Amino acid sequence: MKEFIEGSYAIAKIIKLCKPGVISAYPITPQTHIVEGLAQIVADGELKSEFINVESEHSAASVVLGASAAGVRAYTATSSQGLLLMTEVLFNIAGMRLPLVLTCANRAISAPINIWNDHQDSVTVRDSGWIQLYAETVQEACDLHIQAYKITEDHNIQLPVMICIDGYLLTHCGEVVDMPSQGEVDKFLSPFSPLYKLDVANPITMGVLGDPDCYMETRYAIQETMKDVLKLIPKVAGDFEKAFGRLSGGLVEKYKTDDAEKILVAKGSLVGTLKDVVDDLRTKGVKIGVLKVVSHRPFPEDAIFDALKKAKYVGIVEKSISLGAYGPLYTDIKALFQGKKESPCINGFVIGLGGRDVTKESVKEIIDQISEFGPTNKFIGLKL
Amino acid sequence: MTEKLITEKKLFACGHTACAGCGQSLGARLVLEAAGPNTIVTNATGCLEVFSTRYPESSWGVPWLHSLFENSAAIASGVESALKHLGKIDTIRVISQGGDGGTADIGLQALSGMMERGHDILYVCYDNEAYMNTGIQRSGLTPFDTNTTTSPAGKISSGNPLPKKNMVEICAAHRIPYAASSSVGFPLDVQSKVKKALSIRGPKYLHLHVPCPLGWRHPSNLTINIAKLAVETALFPMVEYEYGKLVSSRKLVTIKPVEEYLKPQGRFAHLFKDEKGKQEIAKIQQIANQNIEYYNLKATK
Repeated sequence: MKEFIEGSYAIAKIIKLCKPGVISAYPITPQTHIVEGLAQIVADGELKSEFINVESEHSAASVVLGASAAGVRAYTATSSQGLLLMTEVLFNIAGMRLPLVLTCANRAISAPINIWNDHQDSVTVRDSGWIQLYAETVQEACDLHIQAYKITEDHNIQLPVMICIDGYLLTHCGEVVDMPSQGEVDKFLSPFSPLYKLDVANPITMGVLGDPDCYMETRYAIQETMKDVLKLIPKVAGDFEKAFGRLSGGLVEKYKTDDAEKILVAKGSLVGTLKDVVDDLRTKGVKIGVLKVVSHRPFPEDAIFDALKKAKYVGIVEKSISLGAYGPLYTDIKALFQGKKESPCINGFVIGLGGRDVTKESVKEIIDQISEFGPTNKFIGLKL
Repeated sequence: MTEKLITEKKLFACGHTACAGCGQSLGARLVLEAAGPNTIVTNATGCLEVFSTRYPESSWGVPWLHSLFENSAAIASGVESALKHLGKIDTIRVISQGGDGGTADIGLQALSGMMERGHDILYVCYDNEAYMNTGIQRSGLTPFDTNTTTSPAGKISSGNPLPKKNMVEICAAHRIPYAASSSVGFPLDVQSKVKKALSIRGPKYLHLHVPCPLGWRHPSNLTINIAKLAVETALFPMVEYEYGKLVSSRKLVTIKPVEEYLKPQGRFAHLFKDEKGKQEIAKIQQIANQNIEYYNLKATK
């Protein structure tokens, strides 16, 4: 049923439909409305779940780790400093192959302290072994959460999923959302049936010491599983489309790229602005398109190659920077074209850090600078 | 004494790689045998985790979960919440455990959160009074004047200049139903306190004194004797708190001088060299005397 709703409360409602038995969180702006919404849902008896108010994000991540190990579907959400405080636990969850879903309401990193949106938080933990999916709209954010549980709980995957949603731009944005019914979600998402769990009838040891004889194989196993995730994500998106009647998620989304000479590449809500600019320019006959990267981890190398290989110019537009080097998505995309015969000129741009507005004009500024000898990590919209 | 301490069914199997005379491995076995098989254990990073779970081997005959150094109490909170959700919390006990560093230093926040939230968990701290797994570095539970690798005795130092943190009182201050201390020198006391704790719903805390031959530098056959001496000199009082109130303490008929406890341990050897050492020992005796008075340890006839 369609309803006009704030992004955070929409996500809370979606999580309710996914029925996690344990929810744990620590408040941080702009994640708060999501967990407040869930707390109210639990308080009203609409969801039978243990809502655990913890004393830090480190413990929030640890509580859901314990719950998942004990065989119960769990959920947490955070932002920015909270995600960084969780970092140690995030790596641990992935290494232990525990199914979990986390919402990251993307926000800049201190210092200086800044509560507004960019992608530096989630991008910083991209090496943790979590699957990272970025939402463009509130609708997509909702749909990705349902798909996330399906992906993480697949017995061939058993890797946690982080749904990345732009803070404020999506979390606090009112949008018309097609909210599925409980019956529809139940049909799509089976109850959690973990491959292994803490069980007194069949005691197992979880979180062992891995010495040099076995540690490397555990990392290799995750790397190999990520390849399976690349196959599963489109399948789950396809199944979702059949069940709910709309295409959401997938690895990438191509927007007017087929005949495009220039393609802009981005993640999250920024893609909406890029699409607007592309629409404007298309009316003037400019052959330009947008490639939306939904899955940053695993990195969909083949899908991105196919989408970009025929373009002359590519502009990577990122809300994060590996300080002292390049934007991480720029690096990834440059790497995938290494040694390929077909290779566009790839330029890198950094935009919208700490909530700096991304305007159509700033996007046009980017497009004007894309060239054969264009920039690798150009900051756009600086006030110098 | 007719009660059999160790049952046939091995919930904590031998064959692990702990040092000879390890007080912590003995403590873990006593705790688990008293708890029984319907128990899920979470463990902090540390000696116990390392020596008992080197892949592909494990000593644990119960479901066992280790995550990180500071989050044993938090992952236990998650396990307990999951059991509540599944309706199994009345039949399965949850024990969360860690060493002195994992409990009193890096894990204190998570432990406080666990107690404050009222989780039905017994937390056990195996206190061997320093970071033994990383090579005998000082922790918040290292006693005054101990020679450790990061609080070494030297020309102008008598070792650790700071007092031992009082974890039992910190936990009791959370007004939890039960907070107690015990020692592997008194196995029956350990087991009766574990059983008592597990019969109570809500958060419980048990502080176990466990000598470490490697870090305390005593012969491995003296573990039990030294554990007993800590209690008998009043340097480690065995006490029980219920809802924040001290309800019992192990009384001592004869209270031994602290030298008897300090002398056999290499970590205090620097105190037995000169006049300055004598003065330091007098300060340690003062700590014992304060314990005697504060916990009313003297037996009355």
